[in-house]
Amino acid sequence: MPRVNQLRVNGKTYTIDADATASLLFVLRDQLGLTGSKYGCGEGQCGACTVLLNGNPRRSCITKVGTAATREITTIESLEKDGKLHPVQQAFLDEGAMQCAYCTSGMIMTAVALLRANPRPSEDQIAQYMEGNICRCGTYPRIIAAVQRAAQAGTEPRA
Amino acid sequence: MSENPAASRIPEGPEGFDAAMEPERYELLARPAYSFEMQRRDFFKVLGAGILIFCVAKEAFALQESGGGRRQFGGQPLPKEISAWLHLGENGMVTTYTGKVEVGQNVRTSLSQAVAEELRFPIEKITLVMGDTQLTPYDAGTFGSRTTPTMNLKLRQVSAAARDALIELAAKQWNTDAKDLAAADGKITDSRNNRSVEYAELLKGRQITQNIPAEDPLIPPAQWTVEGTPVPKVDGRDFVTGKHRYPSDQALPGMLYGKVLRPPAFGATLSSVDTRPAEQTAGLVVVHDGDFIGVAAPSTDGAAGAVAGIHAEWKTEPGQPSSENVFEYLKDNPEPGRGGEQNTENPPANEASAPGAQRMSATYTVAYIAHAPLEPRAALAQWTDDNHLTVWTGTQRPFGVRQELAQAFRLPEDNVRVLMPDTGAAYGGKHTGECAVEAARLAKAAKKPVKLVWTREEEFTWAYFRPVGVIDVRATLDGGQITEWEFDNYNSGGAGLESFYAIPHKTTRFHRTKYPLRQGSYRALAATANHFARESFMDELAHAAKVDPLEFRLNHLHKDDPTQGRLRAVFEAAAEKFGWGKSAKAAGHGFGMGGGFEKAGNVATFAEVAVDEKSGDVSVVRLATAFEGGAVVNPDGLRNQLTGANIMGIGGALFEHIDFANGRILNPRFSKYRVPRFSDAPKIEVVLLDRKDIPPAGAGESPIMGVASAIGNAIFDAIGTRLRAMPMAPHGLKKA
Repeated sequence: MPRVNQLRVNGKTYTIDADATASLLFVLRDQLGLTGSKYGCGEGQCGACTVLLNGNPRRSCITKVGTAATREITTIESLEKDGKLHPVQQAFLDEGAMQCAYCTSGMIMTAVALLRANPRPSEDQIAQYMEGNICRCGTYPRIIAAVQRAAQAGTEPRA
Repeated sequence: MSENPAASRIPEGPEGFDAAMEPERYELLARPAYSFEMQRRDFFKVLGAGILIFCVAKEAFALQESGGGRRQFGGQPLPKEISAWLHLGENGMVTTYTGKVEVGQNVRTSLSQAVAEELRFPIEKITLVMGDTQLTPYDAGTFGSRTTPTMNLKLRQVSAAARDALIELAAKQWNTDAKDLAAADGKITDSRNNRSVEYAELLKGRQITQNIPAEDPLIPPAQWTVEGTPVPKVDGRDFVTGKHRYPSDQALPGMLYGKVLRPPAFGATLSSVDTRPAEQTAGLVVVHDGDFIGVAAPSTDGAAGAVAGIHAEWKTEPGQPSSENVFEYLKDNPEPGRGGEQNTENPPANEASAPGAQRMSATYTVAYIAHAPLEPRAALAQWTDDNHLTVWTGTQRPFGVRQELAQAFRLPEDNVRVLMPDTGAAYGGKHTGECAVEAARLAKAAKKPVKLVWTREEEFTWAYFRPVGVIDVRATLDGGQITEWEFDNYNSGGAGLESFYAIPHKTTRFHRTKYPLRQGSYRALAATANHFARESFMDELAHAAKVDPLEFRLNHLHKDDPTQGRLRAVFEAAAEKFGWGKSAKAAGHGFGMGGGFEKAGNVATFAEVAVDEKSGDVSVVRLATAFEGGAVVNPDGLRNQLTGANIMGIGGALFEHIDFANGRILNPRFSKYRVPRFSDAPKIEVVLLDRKDIPPAGAGESPIMGVASAIGNAIFDAIGTRLRAMPMAPHGLKKA
C-alpha cells in the first residue's frame, strides 16, 4: 500500500510515516501531537475534527492522509499569531460561546472558512453553513453571536 | 441547608445521593472510602511556605461514612472528612484543592469566584486543582447539582478563614487591633495609620495550618463584588486556541493505542475466538482475559484494524424486548426493590368522588436516550511498576473510578491515582470507569502506557442510557380545582416525582421493573420524564376545566407557601417575558408552558412551536425561560446553562431515541441518532430571578425539565393533538 511521508501543516513541512488511507485526524493527533482537532464521531457528522485544506473546511476524520498530502493543511493551532488571537477566537471568548468547549476548535475552523467566503453572513446563513457542527451543550445562539461579532471585527479598519 | 425535602432522609449512597428519592442512579453502587493522600510536610515541600486552610465537613452523613484506617497529621489523628483546602503561598499564589470536576458546567470559574470573593484576592492568581485523587480531598462525585450548594460554600469558608488569619497576622505585626484592618485585592490595609502589606509578605518563611473555625460570617450575597458578576471562563483562552488537553488528548512517550473487541449485542456471550493471527503480528499486544479481549498497537488505525481482524463467534440471546414493545415489557416485569416507592399525602378516596367531579387519566412514555457527550469516554493508563497505576480519564467520579481500578486489579486504593483533566462534557453519563479499567488492563499487558478512546458507536452502545419509562397519571377535577392526584412511574425514576401543586389528596409511586439495556443517571435524572407527564397532564386538566393553563397552575400554587411561591414567581416571570395572553399567534403556531422545582432550582419554560400539518414538521420557534435558584453566582454562566439545557431538552422532547431490538442498538451514530443542531435552536429569552436571601443552587440540571412539556402543550395548542410519548415527533408528526 502506498505510504505518505510528508505533510504540509500550518506552513511547516512534517515528516511522517502513514498509510495513504489512514485518517488525517489521527495522523495530526497521534503523529504530530496536534490535538486541537478532536475526534467526535468518525463519520464526518459532528465537525469537531474540522481543518482547512487549501482554505476549505474538511472533516479530517474521513479525509485520507493521502488526499491531504497534496494540500496545505490549516489547524486550530495556527490561528493565534504572536500571542494575538484570531478575530474568530477572540469573538468566541468575548461571547462566552462555549461550555465544555470540545466542539470549539471545529466551530472556529468552520467559522473562519465561512467568513472568508461570506464576510457578513446573516444568522440564517451562519446556521446553514455550520449545520454540520454539533455543540451537544447547546451553545448555538452564542456561537452565532460570536461569528457575527467576528464579522464585525473583520470589517473594522485595523490599527 | 437544602431546599429539597429529600435532604432530610437518610442517604444510602455518596454525598448528595439519596437512593430512596433517586433510584435511577443505578450506576452508583459503591460506598466511598475517605482518604487523605498528603502529609502536612509534603504540602509545604510541594507548595512552599504559606498558609494552609482545611475545610472539615460537618454533615452528619459524611461523619457516618468516615470509617476505616485513620491517617496522621502533625502527630494528630487527621479528620477524614476534609472536603477542600486552600494554600496561599509566600510567592503570592493561591491554590485551592477540590475533588469536584469541570465538564463544561463552568465550575472552575464559579468556584474561583468564591475564593476571590472571600479571600479578597485577584482571581487571575488563583489556581484550582480539581479531581486528582492524589492531590485533592475525597469527593463522591460531581453530580446532583451539588457543586454550587456545597463546594462553593466550602471554598468561601476556607477563603474567609484564610483572610481572617491574614488580618490577625497583620494585627500582630503592627501591634494593632484586627478590627481596624481591612482586606482587599491581596493586601491588608490599616487606613488609620495609612499602611498596607501584601498577603505574600505576611507569609514569608511561615508554615501555618488551621481548620475553618466553627463560625465565621461570610460576605452576604447582597455585598458580593466578584460572585454575582459575569466573570468569563477563567481558562477560556486555552479552549479557543486548542491548547487545552482533554482526557482523549493526553499522551506519554512510548504510548500505545488500545481497542476492545465488543460483543454484537447486550447479553451476548463468547462461544469461540481465535486471537492467534493478531498475536503473531509484530508490535501488537493482545489480551484475552475472561470476557475481555483487546489489543494495543502503535497507532489508532492499527489497533482498530487488528480488532476487526479477530474472528469471534458470539451467542446472542433471542427474544429480548425492543424499542417497539419495551413499555409493555416494563409494566409486565415488576421488580420490587428497597424503599421510597410510595409517598402519600391523604390518599385519594376509593369510593366515587363528589357528584359533578370529573375523573381523568392518561399514560405517558419516555424512550431511552443517550448522553452523547461530544468527547467519548477516554483514558490513558500508566503502570509505574506492577503495583502502581496512574490513569487520566474523563469521569464525574475520579474517586469512584479509583475504587473500580483498585478492585479490578486487586490493589490498595493508595496505589492508584486518577486524574481528571477538564472533560468534553458528561451530562450525568460519565459516572463509571469502564474505559479506565480497559486501558489499564491493556497497559498492564503491554508494559507501556496505553490510551483508549471509545468510538462514537461504542459510546452510543456501551455507555448507559437515560432510563426508559411509563408514567400513569390520574386526577379528579372538581369546580376547576384538582382534588385528587395519583402518579405512577415505572422504571424511569423518582427525581421530580412529587407534585408541588396544592392538591388535597396525593399519592405518588415509583415502581422498579426489569429493563433491557444498561441505564443510569442523566442530567436532571427522571425529573424531565416526571415533569413531562405532570405538566402535560396539568395542561389536559386546564383544558378540561376550561381555564387558561397559566391561571390553572397559579390556582394550585399558593403565594404564601415557600416552595409554591417561588415556583409561582418563575411562571409569572417567564409568562411576562413570553407575552403569554398578549402575543398574537400565526396559523399553525401554538403556545405552551411547563415548569417545576427540583434540586433547589425553580424553572418555567414557555414555548412557541410551528406545525406544518402537510409535512408533519414541528419546529420550536422561540422559548422564554425563567430560573430561580437562590443567589446568582455567575449570571453569564447561568444564562449559558439555561440556554444550553433548553436546547438539549428539545432533542429528548422531539426526536432523540435509541432504537433497539434483541439487545442490539440500531442507531449508534450521529447520522442515525439525531441531536439538536443549529437549525433546531430557537430564539431563547432568559430571565434570572436573583434571590440574594437564598443560598445558591446548582443549575446544570433543573433548567432542562420544563421544555418538553412546554413543546407538547404548544403542539396541542397548535393542532389539537395531544402527544404523550417522548420523543414526540421522531420523524415529524406524520409517523408519530
